[in-house]
Amino acid sequence: MSVVIILVFAAIVMAGAFLVAFIWSVKSGQYEDTYTPSVRMLFEDPALKEDPKDGGQKTEKESSRDQASVAKPEPRNPQPKS
Amino acid sequence: MELQKFSYDNRMTRNFAIATMVWGVVGLVAGLLIAFQIFIPSMNFGLEFTTFGRTRPVHTNAVIFAFVGNAIFTAVYYSLQRLLKTRIYSDLLSKIHFWGWQSIIVAAAVTLLAGFTTGKEYAELEWPIDIAITVVWVVFGWNMFGTILQRRTSHIYVSIWFYIATWVTVAVLHIFNSLAVPVSFLKSYTLYAGVQDALVQWWYGHNAVAFFLTTPFLGMMYYFVPKVSGRPVYSYKLSIVHFWSLIFLYIRAGPLHLLYSSLPDCLQALGTTFSVMLIAPSWGGMINGLLTLRGAWDKVRKEPVLKMFVVGVTAYGMSTFEGPLLSFKSVNAISHFTDWTIGHVHIGALGWNGLLTFGMIYWLIPRLYNTTLYSTKLANVHFWIATLGIVFYAVPLYIGGITQALMWKQFTPDGFLMYPNFLETVSQLIPMYAIRAFGGTLYVIGMLILIYNIVKTIQAGSFVAEEAAQAPALESESESKTQSESWHRFLERKPIRFLIFATIAILIGGIVEVIPTYLIKSNIPTITSVKPYTPLELQGRDIYVKEGCYNCHSQMVRPFRSETERYGEYSKAGESVYDHPFQFGSKRTGPDLAREGVKTGKIYKPNSWHYNHFIDPQKMNEASIMPKYPWLAKKEIDIKSTPGKIRAMKLLGVPYPDNYELKAIDDLKAQADSIAKDLAVAGIQTDSNREIIALIAYVQRLGVDISNKPVKK
Repeated sequence: MSVVIILVFAAIVMAGAFLVAFIWSVKSGQYEDTYTPSVRMLFEDPALKEDPKDGGQKTEKESSRDQASVAKPEPRNPQPKS
Repeated sequence: MELQKFSYDNRMTRNFAIATMVWGVVGLVAGLLIAFQIFIPSMNFGLEFTTFGRTRPVHTNAVIFAFVGNAIFTAVYYSLQRLLKTRIYSDLLSKIHFWGWQSIIVAAAVTLLAGFTTGKEYAELEWPIDIAITVVWVVFGWNMFGTILQRRTSHIYVSIWFYIATWVTVAVLHIFNSLAVPVSFLKSYTLYAGVQDALVQWWYGHNAVAFFLTTPFLGMMYYFVPKVSGRPVYSYKLSIVHFWSLIFLYIRAGPLHLLYSSLPDCLQALGTTFSVMLIAPSWGGMINGLLTLRGAWDKVRKEPVLKMFVVGVTAYGMSTFEGPLLSFKSVNAISHFTDWTIGHVHIGALGWNGLLTFGMIYWLIPRLYNTTLYSTKLANVHFWIATLGIVFYAVPLYIGGITQALMWKQFTPDGFLMYPNFLETVSQLIPMYAIRAFGGTLYVIGMLILIYNIVKTIQAGSFVAEEAAQAPALESESESKTQSESWHRFLERKPIRFLIFATIAILIGGIVEVIPTYLIKSNIPTITSVKPYTPLELQGRDIYVKEGCYNCHSQMVRPFRSETERYGEYSKAGESVYDHPFQFGSKRTGPDLAREGVKTGKIYKPNSWHYNHFIDPQKMNEASIMPKYPWLAKKEIDIKSTPGKIRAMKLLGVPYPDNYELKAIDDLKAQADSIAKDLAVAGIQTDSNREIIALIAYVQRLGVDISNKPVKK
C-alpha cells in the first residue's frame, strides 16, 4: 500500500498550500470585517451616464480591455480602508 | 484615490452558458438512453457504439465535465469580474479556455463511444485528452489568478475562495490519477495496480465530487442566492468557517468508496471518520444558504429562480447527510453495489447541480441580453417538473437498492441462499427501473422547456457584450516597492503567486522522485500463486475494459457469508497486483465476476456457455438484461499490439520473463487455438483470432490463481 505515501504527500501539499493561503488571508486582514463584504457584493457600480462618449452599456464589438481612463475627480463609493 | 472606468466581458459568460445548455441536453439525453437500456436490452441497438458499457461513461462524463463544468465556468466568468471589480485578465486566455474545453468534450464523446477508455470511472479519458485537460485547466487558472491579482477590491469574497480551491485541488487530483504508461496513441495502462489503483481512483472520484460538483457550486450559491434574493448571506462569518473546514476535511474521505473491499481496514476507517466529520461544514453551508432567504420567503413564492435554489440547496443538505450515512460500514454493507448509490448521486446531480445551474441560467441570460425572462410561468413549470422528476428518479432506486441487497443476503432456514440465481434479484427491479426512466423523462422535458424559454428570451433581447462599470483603483503597495526588494520578498508579497509556484515546484519534485521507485517495487506479489496474465488474457482484459464491463460487473467479493456462498472465496489485496487498471467496479447490475473462472467454483461455466452468452444473453437466460455482443465473434484481436503491451506491463513492474515480448504472439496463438478447439468440441465453429476468444480466456482466468493454493510447507 505504498501508494498511500503518495496520497498523503499530495494531501499534505494541498493542505499546506491551503494553510499558507489561510494564514495569508487572516494576516492580510481579509477577515477583519465579516459583515460589509456580504452587503457590498449586492451592489454593482454601473458607469456614470454623464459622459456621452464612454458611458452606458455598449453592444458593439469592442475588445479593448480595461481602458482605465481617469474619470471624475470626486470619488464615489470610496473603498473602506483596511 | 482615482475612479477608474472599465467594462466587464460578457461574451465568455454567454458562451459558457450556451455550452452549458447544449451539453446539458446531450448529457441528460444520454442518461435517459441508459436508463432505458438498463431494463430494455434491445435499446442497445445491437451496435458496439451504443451499448450500455460505452454510453454510460458518455453520460457521466458529459454531465460532470460538460454540463456542470461549463456551468462552473459561466458562474466564474460572471461573478469573478463583478466581485473583484475588474475585467477578466485576458480575452485570449478566455477564448483558449472556452474552445479548448469544448473540443475536449467532443474528443471525449467520440473516443468513449469508440471504446477508448482507461477503465477508471469518471477518469475514463485516454492520455492525450488528459494532457489537453491539464493544459486547458492551467489556462483557466492563469486567467482566474490574473484577474484576482488585478482586482480593485482588497477583500476576496468567499465565492472566490471556493473557486480557488476548485482549481488547485482538481489540478492535483487529475494529474495524480491520470498517470499512465502509454502503449499507443489511444491506449495506456495506469501507473498503479490493483488495490492501490483503486485507492487513487476513489481518492480522485470522491474529491471530483467534492471539488468539481460541490465547492464551485457553493461559490455559486454564495454569489447567486444573495444576488437573486437581494439579501446578504445569512452569516458571512459562517461562510468563512464553512469554506476552510470543508476543504481541510474533504480530501481524506475517498476510501469510503472501498468499504469491505481488500483495502486495508485502517484506511477504510479513515474514510468513514472524515466522512462523518463532513456533516458539520456541509450542513453549516446548507443552513447558511437557506437562511439567506430569511424574511424574503415571499420572494421565493414569486420567483422560480429562488425556488430552484431552495430545492437545490436542500438537495445538497440531503445528499451530504446521506453520504456519511452510506459511509457507515453497517449501511454500506447493504447499499454498496446497489442502485441506492445511483439514487444518492442523482439527488446531488439533479437537485444540487442541476437546479442551481438552471436557476443561474434563468437569472443570468436576461441580464446578459438586457431584457426580462420570456416566461416566468414556463420557468415555474420547469421547476415543478424537474422537482417531480427527481422524486420519481430517486425513490424507486432507493426501494430497488434495498430490495436487491436484502434479496442477495437472504438465507433459507436451512442455511442456503434464498435467491441463488442472481437474475431473480434483477427481475425484481424492472418496475423500479421503469419508474426511474419516467422520472428521468420528466427531468429532460424540463430541460427542453428551459431551452425554449431561453431561446425566446435571447430573441427578445440585445446582447450586452461589454458591460461598463467603474470602481476606485485599489491602492497597491507592492508594485512600487518591489524594485528595491529581493526576489524572495517580492514573491512573499504576492501570496497567490507564491502559492502557485510552491505547489507546482513541490508537485513536480514529488512526481519525478517518489512515484516510480515506490510503486514499482510495491507491486511485488504477496500471494505466490498469483501470476501475470498470459498475452491472450491480457488482450481479453483490454476488451473487457473497452466494452465497459466494469459498469455493470464488480470483481470484488466482500467478506460476507452471503457473498462467499454465492461467488466463492472473498477477494484479497494480493490478487490484483498485476491489474492495470483495477476492475473492482462500483455497481452490480450483473453478478460479481471475481471468481468466474474457478473450475470448482459455484458460478463456473464452460467456454461454450460464455460464447453463446456473449453473442445473445437472452438465449441463455430469457430475463437477462445484458446487451448482446455479436461483434466480438467477428472482430479480430489486435495481435500486433501484444509485444508493446507486454513491454508496457514490464515497465510497470509485471514480472514477465526476459524478452518475453518476442514469443508473446506465439503463446497467444497457442492458447487461442486451444480455446477454439474446446469450442469446436461443443459444436461451435469459430476462428481462433476473434476478440471473443480473448475475452473468454480472460473471464476463465478470473479467480483461478487464488484457488490454486501453493503446497504449504
